Amino acid sequence: MENNKVTPLIETVELKKLFKLNGGARLHAVDGINLKIYPGETVGVVGESGCGKSTLGRTILRLIEPTSGQIYYNGKEITKIKARKLRELRKDIQIIFQDPYSSIDPRKSVIDVIAEYMFIHKVYKNRIDTYNRAAELMDLVGLARRYANSYAHELDGGRRQRIGIARALSLNPKFIVCDEPVSALDVSIQAQILNLLMDLEEELGLTYMFVTHNLSVVKHISTKIMVMYLGKCVEMAPSDELFNNPLHPYTKALLKAIPEPDISKRDEEFTLIKGEVSSPINVKPGCRFAKRCDYCFERCTHEDPDLLEVSSDHFVSCFLLDKN
Amino acid sequence: MNELILDIDNLSVIYKTDLEIVKAVNGISLKIGKGKTLGLVGETGAGKTTTALSILRLLPENTGKVTSGSIKFEGDDLLDMDEHNMRQIRGGQIAMVFQDPMTSLNPVMTVGDQIAEAIIMHNEGISKEEIEKRVDEKLTMVGILPSRKIDYPHQFSGGMKQRVVIAMALACEPKLLIADEPTTALDVTIQAQVLMMIKELRNRLGTSMLMITHDLGVVAKTCDDVAVMYAGEIVEAGTVYDIFLGENHHPYTEGLFGSIPNLASRTKRLNSIPGLMPDPTNLPEGCVFAPRCKYCMDICTKVHPNTITEGTHSLLCHLFTDKLCGKAGGKNGK
Repeated sequence: MENNKVTPLIETVELKKLFKLNGGARLHAVDGINLKIYPGETVGVVGESGCGKSTLGRTILRLIEPTSGQIYYNGKEITKIKARKLRELRKDIQIIFQDPYSSIDPRKSVIDVIAEYMFIHKVYKNRIDTYNRAAELMDLVGLARRYANSYAHELDGGRRQRIGIARALSLNPKFIVCDEPVSALDVSIQAQILNLLMDLEEELGLTYMFVTHNLSVVKHISTKIMVMYLGKCVEMAPSDELFNNPLHPYTKALLKAIPEPDISKRDEEFTLIKGEVSSPINVKPGCRFAKRCDYCFERCTHEDPDLLEVSSDHFVSCFLLDKN
Repeated sequence: MNELILDIDNLSVIYKTDLEIVKAVNGISLKIGKGKTLGLVGETGAGKTTTALSILRLLPENTGKVTSGSIKFEGDDLLDMDEHNMRQIRGGQIAMVFQDPMTSLNPVMTVGDQIAEAIIMHNEGISKEEIEKRVDEKLTMVGILPSRKIDYPHQFSGGMKQRVVIAMALACEPKLLIADEPTTALDVTIQAQVLMMIKELRNRLGTSMLMITHDLGVVAKTCDDVAVMYAGEIVEAGTVYDIFLGENHHPYTEGLFGSIPNLASRTKRLNSIPGLMPDPTNLPEGCVFAPRCKYCMDICTKVHPNTITEGTHSLLCHLFTDKLCGKAGGKNGK
């Protein structure tokens, strides 16, 4: 996947987002993320709640302003661009939100929700063309046209998520951040939406960043996976490599914690990670995972491990693998 | 099966509003053996929680109504019981862990007081020291330091809150524990911790359990028996081995398994089930799954199938009527 000639579609360099809290404390939501997403890739970002994965997605779209670091789109820096240029950029990069219940205007009909972005960006000169395109998008995402004049509350979660997808596609974006698009849905509906997203990726040549906490979903859909823990990337590798050969203690434990629907593994004990995610407020130096890690030694508690490339395309941030 | 702790027979529940009648549960039968865990699997709106609420008689008073059937707990029908006896059972003999630990705790009471409340309710005249002792004991059991009993729920994280809720449910050492999606709101690593704890406690205390979930992985790890629920009916039931290893499956169960992305193999597409669950105010004639079923036959849309039983495994599907009925000999075998 790594190709020096191709410019990454999205690149972040030392991207940081600190939220200021009352009393001068700082919450380290995203803490120095270097990520390259090449055209056609699907990068899965996994981690537990509060690890900063959603904040990362939103910061890349500039829905949240980064504290420091740079974001590049197609080789051009977009960290500081303003008003009109930013609006232009938003045509190319879009987001599908987690909760299809709260991310759709309840007072607009389905077709108006889908057409809204096209009106804002004045994609078509007249209303008829815009609505025709919106109807086409409904076909594309598998929403029957008879729902065009319905309101979101009349539809179920799966169909609402299809509205969200149609809306994100309406401006022909190149890059879409999918922020937990299936976590609010039932398994059978989840499978329908995942199939749809994968079909669209192929048909329209999209590039996804797929933010989720569900490891089976991320394995299914991604080509490359980044595991986050408290704002830091702890491990990044191609999907199969990560699942076959996880190296960071956190990734290992995370993979072992998934209850698999496989009866032969019934009596296998879970490998438990002790404790819970510690607070991201005013983080002290040292590996973020040290407190819960079985292999923690002295160096881990006062020095930050770097993200090292241990084998081709496989990056890990852990002193255990640091040969020096 | 050995001695039964819970025996639900032909239970039907409706929710009646001014506008419509919602048929939430339609003639289901479930049996839980002593010390066993039954997994009740199904999607949102299948009637899983309604079933649990009717066992505890906690259905909303004005709308929810049991129209037929019986729920026998150790031989006594809970549906005929008067409110006084029912209160002894609730929390004492049968306890429930609700899905969302964030909303099932009282925010203005310390967690110690909330656990003590259940103990006081079911043990009249118990001394203060004894209460304190038991509260400490329950908290230790679920892995929380007893010194934290003076804290309020907001001071705990999600996983810790769920542990408190479990400690409350186990406060009076119930014979049956109903766990309604106990880990759905939790992260995987915390989910693993809570599941291990539930499993360990169950083995130690010999509690029987009804585990309501939509996660087949959780079922594989914790349950002895499984019932798959769809649109208010049990479409397939059996031991975990029947469900996970057996040959014959209800098309819905097959669809559920096909919908889960597999960690072991990489498939391009998931075998999703097309369509949606039918509206419970307007259930289809014939088989409730027929509109989404890829094996749907003529008979499926007209005649409601009967339960076919083969050993411990039972199915509600026309596909197997001919195949299994001959040798297993009979319908309504449940």
